[in-house]
Amino acid sequence: MSAIDYTQELSVVEGKPPLREIDELIIQPLDTKPDKNFFIALSITGSMLLLGALMLAWSFYKGTGVWGNNNPVAWGFPIVNFVFWVGIGHAGTLISAILFLFRQKWRTGIARFAEGMTIFAVMTAGVFPIIHTGRPWLAGYLLPYPNQHDLWVNFHSPLVWDVFAVSTYFTVSFVFWYVGLIPDFGTLRDRTASKIKKVIYSVFSLGWRHSNRHWQHYEMVYLVLAGFATPLVLSVHTIVSFDFAVSILPGWHTTIFPPYFVAGAVFSGFAMVQNVLIIIRKIFHFEHIITLDTLERMNKIILLTGMMVGYAYAMEFFIAWYSGVQPEQFAFLNRAFGPYMWAYWIMVSCNVIFPQFFWIKKIRRKISVMFIIAVLVNVGMWFERFVITVTSLSRDYLPSSWAYYKPTLVDGGILIGSFGLFFTLLILFTKSLPVISISEVKAVVDGAQPSHGEH
Amino acid sequence: MSDKTIFAYSALFDSPDDIIHAAEEVKKQGFEKYDVNTPYPVHGMDDAMKLSPSKLGYVALFFGLSGMLAAIILTYFTSVVDYPQVIGGKPFYAFPGYVPVMFELTVLSAAVLTVATMLLIFFKLPNNRHPLHDTNYMKAVSSDKYGLYIEIEDEKYDEAVIKSLFERFNAKVIEPIYYDDTEVEHKNRIFEPKFIIGLVLIAVITSGTTYFTLNKLMFMIPFSWMMDQDKIVPQESYELFADGFGMRNPVEGTIARGQLPYEYYQKPEEAAVALINPLFPTAENFALGKKKYDIYCSPCHGYHGEGDSRMRGQFPNPPSLHSEKVRDWTDGRIYHVITEGQNVMPSYSTQLSREEKWATVLYIRALQRSLNAKESDLE
Repeated sequence: MSAIDYTQELSVVEGKPPLREIDELIIQPLDTKPDKNFFIALSITGSMLLLGALMLAWSFYKGTGVWGNNNPVAWGFPIVNFVFWVGIGHAGTLISAILFLFRQKWRTGIARFAEGMTIFAVMTAGVFPIIHTGRPWLAGYLLPYPNQHDLWVNFHSPLVWDVFAVSTYFTVSFVFWYVGLIPDFGTLRDRTASKIKKVIYSVFSLGWRHSNRHWQHYEMVYLVLAGFATPLVLSVHTIVSFDFAVSILPGWHTTIFPPYFVAGAVFSGFAMVQNVLIIIRKIFHFEHIITLDTLERMNKIILLTGMMVGYAYAMEFFIAWYSGVQPEQFAFLNRAFGPYMWAYWIMVSCNVIFPQFFWIKKIRRKISVMFIIAVLVNVGMWFERFVITVTSLSRDYLPSSWAYYKPTLVDGGILIGSFGLFFTLLILFTKSLPVISISEVKAVVDGAQPSHGEH
Repeated sequence: MSDKTIFAYSALFDSPDDIIHAAEEVKKQGFEKYDVNTPYPVHGMDDAMKLSPSKLGYVALFFGLSGMLAAIILTYFTSVVDYPQVIGGKPFYAFPGYVPVMFELTVLSAAVLTVATMLLIFFKLPNNRHPLHDTNYMKAVSSDKYGLYIEIEDEKYDEAVIKSLFERFNAKVIEPIYYDDTEVEHKNRIFEPKFIIGLVLIAVITSGTTYFTLNKLMFMIPFSWMMDQDKIVPQESYELFADGFGMRNPVEGTIARGQLPYEYYQKPEEAAVALINPLFPTAENFALGKKKYDIYCSPCHGYHGEGDSRMRGQFPNPPSLHSEKVRDWTDGRIYHVITEGQNVMPSYSTQLSREEKWATVLYIRALQRSLNAKESDLE
């Protein structure tokens, strides 16, 4: 790989690598045997996953009493983790759909990977609403199906909207991802020497022939999917925020929640994508496809959405004061200076203060620093969901029922397990599928498109 | 190798400019059954091939609207037709609340079905038996070459003309593509024992797992439907208590609300003297007494206390309540009978509270008075 001159920065893909080298570079992780580091990483995430699975089995056997959830705080860690992971997923769809509609070519290098992260994050998120009742095998009742009890779901309930939103989001993201993968499966099929791989790739490529008569419809479908995924991604976190905003609890019952949640979701999602990409581009030598320019652009989006989130924090306080509603005012003062003040100030510093460093160009382009800031952003965004969920519930209208929520070790184990699930899937993904869209990257290499000079 | 059937004549080009010009020329010469294969969509190729715009947008519109209609029907049927319920004081069909579901189903149906239509109907995929597969041509165009082929079935097919045309546009490789004989002669083998055994195995495993899940697994701990719970039910033993009983006696010297002990157990005469009806003969008390009498007493004593049982001889008929003996009893004596029972009549203490018993006594008094009215009642 070192034979290519990467010193020039001309376009989205640095240098002008021959198309065949793009194939080789992207497919290399799939063709080579995994090395020691791969297994070390996999064993770490696998143990985290196992820990989570054991904690879940224990929860189901003993009942959800082993969690910290108590009487006023019935929504503890499970809902916090659910909102957090759904939010992580949003960056993928934003990159693959919204930036596609805006014709942002720099998205091509990171789109496939971000879409994969969306799918894994939504899968991880989906675990929590199912487990939080303690009886996940009864989750089928969430779907409206004709049954003996003549019982239907309550279509007025935000929790039912959630079921529709999250399952649609997962399905559409998956379809979007797979449609993008079909031409790459075709390329893989034609390259591979192994018989078993050939069968697998042939099945998944569906017999794709790179025909222009197909490309024409394919591009149209991609546009249509992007067009549908864009309002969809905005709707998902809007509906998640309705879980809170449709209730009458002080601190939840605010109209700013939908845009505020969506901005927060994109914020945390970009931070997570940026973190993982920094590692991936290093390990697999994708530095000229996932360029520093791309990372810098992602940092700008983190900065923008971080300020949107900061604006929302301030606006919540302003409206609480301006509305003159006492419980509302109390709820926000309680957030900032009550028993959970530690969580609130972790959230504010990580989400509002640290991203401000991205105003400085040097920091935006310094990999080690941006990595740390993005980690802090994710910590902050997890605490944001914690603060919203727990502070409002632990101190509601009735002081006699106030209680302090303390998560247990089992709660922590399940949270660690969710990270284990996400990263295990991600690690397996890097070794089984092309993490960068081969056909899309080829299309944006310099000289890949005709010059149209002689018409 | 000359016995192979030719499928098409193909050419590989090195640059996107060459392929565009070649495609334009092929179209201009009137060829119809040709195609261009490129590793990525080359811009301007649709114009060069003069392809009409994709109709998939309309497909998406159609499926999107169908999804929305399905959502409207689903919400309307469940909440207006099949099981109407008032939720939060809203009308049965509360449109705003259904918007999220409609939106999601619109997107779901449009996205999934449009993609399915494209792959299955527009592209006729999956198709791994196309002659192009496994050729050098395919291997080149899926990586870094730009290919064009003209099928032998095209009306204007002429090998010499095509060759010279390809050469004019810098084609690097020009070669014929043959049908793969094994694939042409391939027959579906669905009646082979292997396939049938496989099907049977799948059927057995699926139905077996389903049976096990629904009939066995769902009744095991912890999947049981909350049938096994760590609580003590009445009559159960429990080691933690010294006497081994799960049920506990009340703390000594305490009386539960409404559970005042009856002091005249087997002392009817003393009860007759000591107990006095605490209720006033108000309309409410008579109504309560009538209600309780009709429920608990009338099956044997009859609606009017005449001993005309409705039990049809399955239970011995009691004497009339209008006898002189009963009329001369004090309220307390009647109360005692209700509380403790008499002869075959059981105690009604568990069914009736103290107040209800006294109300019943009041009502019995009224019944007796109805048959043996005093002169003064006429006034």
